[in-house]
Amino acid sequence: MLDYAWIIPLLPAASFFLILFFGKKMPRKGSEIGIAAVGIAFTLALATNVSWWDHVDNPPAGHEEVVEGESAAVSAPGQEGEAEEHETVEPVTQEVTWFESGGVDIKVGMLLDGPAVMMLLVVTTVSLLVHIYSTDYVGGDRRYTHFFAFLSLFTASMLGLVIAKSTLQLIVMWELVGVCSFVLIGHWWEEKANSDAALKAFITNRVGDVGLIIGVILLFWTVGSFDILETNAAALDGSVGHSTLLIASCCLIAAVMSKSGQFILHTWLPDAMAGPTPVSALIHAATMVVAGIYMVARLYAVFFEGLSIGTSSFNLLALVGGVTVLGGAGLAFVQNDIKKVLAYSTVSQLGYMVMALGIGAWTAALFHLFTHAFFKACLFLGSGSVSHAVHSFDMKKDMGGLRKWMPQTYRTFVIASAALIGIFPLAGFWSKDEILAGANQLGGSGHYTVFMIIGIVGAFMTAAYMTRTIWYTFFGEFRGHGQPHESGPRIVVPLWILAALGVTAGLVNLPSALAPDSGALRFEHYFEPKGNYFPAVNFSHPEFSLAIAVGSTIIGLAGITLAYLWYFRGLGPHGITERNRAARAGYTVLLNKYYFDHLYTDIIVADVKGPIARATYWFDRNVLDGIVNGTGRFATVLGRFTYERIDQQVVDGAINGSAAAAEGGGQIFRQLTSGKVQQYGALLFGAAALFAGVIILFV
Amino acid sequence: MDNNQFLSDWGLTIMVFLPLAGALVMLLIPRTEEHLHRTLALVVTLATAGVGAAVLADFDYGASEVMQFVVNKPWIDVINARYAIGVDGLSVPLIGLTLLILPLCVIYSWNHFPEPRNPKAFLILLLVLDTGLLGTFVAQDLILFFVFFEVVLLPMYFLIGVWGGEQRQYASIKFFLFTLFGSALMIVSFLALFFVTGGETFVIQDLAALVPDSDISRLTALLIFGGMFMGFGIKVPMFPFHTWLPDAHTQAPTVGSVILAAVMLKLGTYGFIRVAIPILPEAAVEWAPYIGALAVIGIIYGALACLAQTDMKRLIAFSSVSHMGFTMLGIATLTDFGFNAAVMGMVAHGLITGMLFFVAGSVKERYHTLDIKRLGGILLKAPRMGWILGFTAMASLGLPGLAGFWGEFPAILSSYQPAPGLSDVTFRVYMIVAAVGTVFAAGYLLWLYQRVAFGTPTEEFAESDIPDVTIPEWVAWVPMLVLILVIGIYPNLVFHVTEGGSAALADWVAAMGS
Amino acid sequence: MEDLLVNQFLLLGAILFCIGVYGVIARKNTVLVLMSIELILNAVNINLLTFGALMGDVAGSVFALFIIAVAAAEVGVGLAMVLIIYRNRSSVDLDDIDSMRG
Repeated sequence: MLDYAWIIPLLPAASFFLILFFGKKMPRKGSEIGIAAVGIAFTLALATNVSWWDHVDNPPAGHEEVVEGESAAVSAPGQEGEAEEHETVEPVTQEVTWFESGGVDIKVGMLLDGPAVMMLLVVTTVSLLVHIYSTDYVGGDRRYTHFFAFLSLFTASMLGLVIAKSTLQLIVMWELVGVCSFVLIGHWWEEKANSDAALKAFITNRVGDVGLIIGVILLFWTVGSFDILETNAAALDGSVGHSTLLIASCCLIAAVMSKSGQFILHTWLPDAMAGPTPVSALIHAATMVVAGIYMVARLYAVFFEGLSIGTSSFNLLALVGGVTVLGGAGLAFVQNDIKKVLAYSTVSQLGYMVMALGIGAWTAALFHLFTHAFFKACLFLGSGSVSHAVHSFDMKKDMGGLRKWMPQTYRTFVIASAALIGIFPLAGFWSKDEILAGANQLGGSGHYTVFMIIGIVGAFMTAAYMTRTIWYTFFGEFRGHGQPHESGPRIVVPLWILAALGVTAGLVNLPSALAPDSGALRFEHYFEPKGNYFPAVNFSHPEFSLAIAVGSTIIGLAGITLAYLWYFRGLGPHGITERNRAARAGYTVLLNKYYFDHLYTDIIVADVKGPIARATYWFDRNVLDGIVNGTGRFATVLGRFTYERIDQQVVDGAINGSAAAAEGGGQIFRQLTSGKVQQYGALLFGAAALFAGVIILFV
Repeated sequence: MDNNQFLSDWGLTIMVFLPLAGALVMLLIPRTEEHLHRTLALVVTLATAGVGAAVLADFDYGASEVMQFVVNKPWIDVINARYAIGVDGLSVPLIGLTLLILPLCVIYSWNHFPEPRNPKAFLILLLVLDTGLLGTFVAQDLILFFVFFEVVLLPMYFLIGVWGGEQRQYASIKFFLFTLFGSALMIVSFLALFFVTGGETFVIQDLAALVPDSDISRLTALLIFGGMFMGFGIKVPMFPFHTWLPDAHTQAPTVGSVILAAVMLKLGTYGFIRVAIPILPEAAVEWAPYIGALAVIGIIYGALACLAQTDMKRLIAFSSVSHMGFTMLGIATLTDFGFNAAVMGMVAHGLITGMLFFVAGSVKERYHTLDIKRLGGILLKAPRMGWILGFTAMASLGLPGLAGFWGEFPAILSSYQPAPGLSDVTFRVYMIVAAVGTVFAAGYLLWLYQRVAFGTPTEEFAESDIPDVTIPEWVAWVPMLVLILVIGIYPNLVFHVTEGGSAALADWVAAMGS
Repeated sequence: MEDLLVNQFLLLGAILFCIGVYGVIARKNTVLVLMSIELILNAVNINLLTFGALMGDVAGSVFALFIIAVAAAEVGVGLAMVLIIYRNRSSVDLDDIDSMRG
């Protein structure tokens, strides 16, 4: 199966075309094609995973690849028999030449290793559940078929991204998921707010893509290839200079900022909630937004060496992640739209993942990605279920006390929230804990303690805002209209499946202190790459720390308790933002999303597409074209001058003058023909006399 | 090379002159036989495409850097001008593009000729244009090249001036004189080359071989290159010589715009890689940074101007300026990657912008306006047209998986490491500017799409019945749309052909230029 | 013949010729012009006769006879023309006869 894993993205890709051309004629309007494709993809992903686990546990003898075509993996000499951590796990690759240019053979292919296999499973699982959910949620929509077509295309692109063998392929898939995001956010494009959100998403991502392109180009020229394995190997063996790696890392961080909603290019993500909720769940929570994190994880050697992650206690990647954790969490407090809360929560959690990568806790980051995908998707789909019942997303205005009428949604939402907050033993606890432990233990002197503190504060805030959300949605008085009722099975069953995963997913990476060897750290065992393309020097794993585990749980509970007291019991300084100027100022800043949107939309974009563009066009019309038209006019004036003065007056004047002279001469000679006989006679005599004189004198 | 002998001797000549022959036949047919004219024009363009396809099929793609189907006969002995033609890997894609676009234009015009109608004159001019374009791409003698280069001006002048919009007189004269001005400088350069190499030949390959041995001073070489730069640069169009383009495009009839954008602009960029750079590589190395600077300025400037437009066609025209900036940047790097990127960019831009102008023309026909403020909700009224516009807009902004990406990304890639003799730092700055340019491209295209296709129709057209894509439009557009997708997924279709020629040219520049 | 006499005759001829030329050119009356023409012719006659006598050649006298005959004929025609002109224009003023003016 491993050699044929490249079929997995092709299935939804095929279903995209099939739905587009035949969907409307099908009995269920094309959704059946989509679900079938993703279903098969999911099954194949499971099979791939099983094969992979087998591959890890029983590596093929002699380190020979079971591949077709050329493999670009540079295999390290056998190190079997040593401690498990130094064992090499060979990735499975497939390659085929795509095109040649500049004397270089650019290849396209499949790179299957731990992270890829894991992502295949995550993407297909969440996509399948979202597909099923959508048949109810989006049922009767004006563009139902179109929705499923692009859901398929997105799944295909995302799957293609995770198994991409080269950075060029990565770029292609990266942009394709961006386009799908654009189309799906703007699904109801009749309303301008939705198409605005879609444009904002695409263009903000394009800004980050500048960094991606430049980073990839930089690596290509210094490594000599687009191949990810080669790039990583070159970063680790010293053939690429440190400053190059640093610059490349910084460029690529820009791409992470935009795609994974990190500060300062995060502003598109909350607006993206304008799209249908299944889209938000799939794309903007579980899968597309983690593409940035995945990219860092794939090219980790570049970042690890470039930013000296293993030996410092502060770097750009961790900083970006840390700022995002706090910034996103802060904004989640002031939202009334339940989806926006979840969006900012996603931003914040993505910040955790980026921060984890920044401090060197690679496995923790991917583990958190893994668990987060499930419980965040559950939360989003739960919010969709709620909105389906009350036809609104506004918590303050239209929700409240819904636990009476929507018990399933309520329970799954609470379970998923608990997972998110990190309550033992739910999934979030394990992943978040590993990040915090890593911040405390990894890195150079002083470790990344700052980021541990950030992580803990973030955990506190997460607990508080999720409790707030639950209060507004499910408790208190119902403030909406009508009679809400629980959603149908196609919505509720996926919710339960995801909630169950939210409970159990954490158990795949139990720390070795808490579980027997055969059951501990399974995630790390199966999915962490080991080889010459993954950092080994200065790279280590965080140990389970009881202090941190207990401490973070207490913080989490404290957050819940305080929020409970504030919202459920109404205690605390309510209305402080009206009384206290500092509080109000802080609140205003939060409401205005730190004024980033103001800067981007109102200042930068509006200026570029307004005054600056108009000035450019004015320059074009009046200066450049002015010169052209002026030249034309000057040529006309010169022509007229030449014609009127020179041609008509001088040249023609000469001609007319000669004619006048001829006429004048004629007039003079005319006098000889007077008709007077006597004059003729006189002339005759004169001529004769002259003639005679001449003859007498000279002859 | 194992090309068929007859094809080798006559193939290109037949391909180039068949449209002209068709035009002559059409002259004899009376004006009222419209259906006969259309059929004949279609048959002729398809036959030309057929002959061209036979030639291209017989082309030896393994030896694409070698000039094939060469014919070299004396022509005007008094000035040593020869009838020298041939094709190599660099011209094959462009010829293919031309052969494809012309029949599609004839098909598109089947039911709608612009006012004042007169299909006979319109189609004859198209056929003459076809000859001129194909001739330029095959010409290997400078005088022959110049003749064909100029031949395309007159039909386009009339196409714009007679069948154009309200300000067609101004636009057509501006186009004609502006490009002629460049051509005047170009012919001076050509003559200078002739004399400075001993007055023996105008054939491009011979000149390129003679130049290193002739004693040409640096200043002379720079000036000669400058003359050619003006001639080609105005055609591309490069900033700041581009101002003829928006007016020409806005006023031209749809088919005129399509041919202008898809093929005619390529004459300029083609001229650089066929004539200017091979003959004067040293001067090319000295000029390259300035060409690169103008190219990236053009990218940003064109994009900014796009954002200020209120007329859809004018916006697309400025987007051409921006896109050709990428192509010129690729050329300015004087590298293998760069030349490949440039030719691919030419083909991609030709297909994509040609498609955009087609759609704009169809919108104009249905709405009788191209004012963006008055348009809106095309996806609701004419969904298929809206889809095609969306697809093409995505291709234009360089979405990977569609052809446009392979014109832009390799150009940016090649900028990182320009040819020896060029400053790495300068070109890396250009690379960053060009990468930022892609953001602008997304901006203006998606903004256009949002205002024109998304949303709901304006009050003016809310009740109107807007017909969706018609059969002639489908037949004309599907080949281009399919090619945009196919080339996007499998760019080797073009790269494989151009690789040999690009590598040879880059090696030549590296060897002679430093 | 004596040279002195020859000179006298020649001088007479010249004077008569000049008077005749003056009359032809400067007088208004057509009849007077005709008379002057006669005078010119007679002056020429005298000239011829003188040289005929001097040379002893009879050709001079023969020529003179011819001239007398021609003069007579010419006067007859001339006067006839003058009569016709007078009948048509009631004037014989030469200054008025200029219809051949160019």
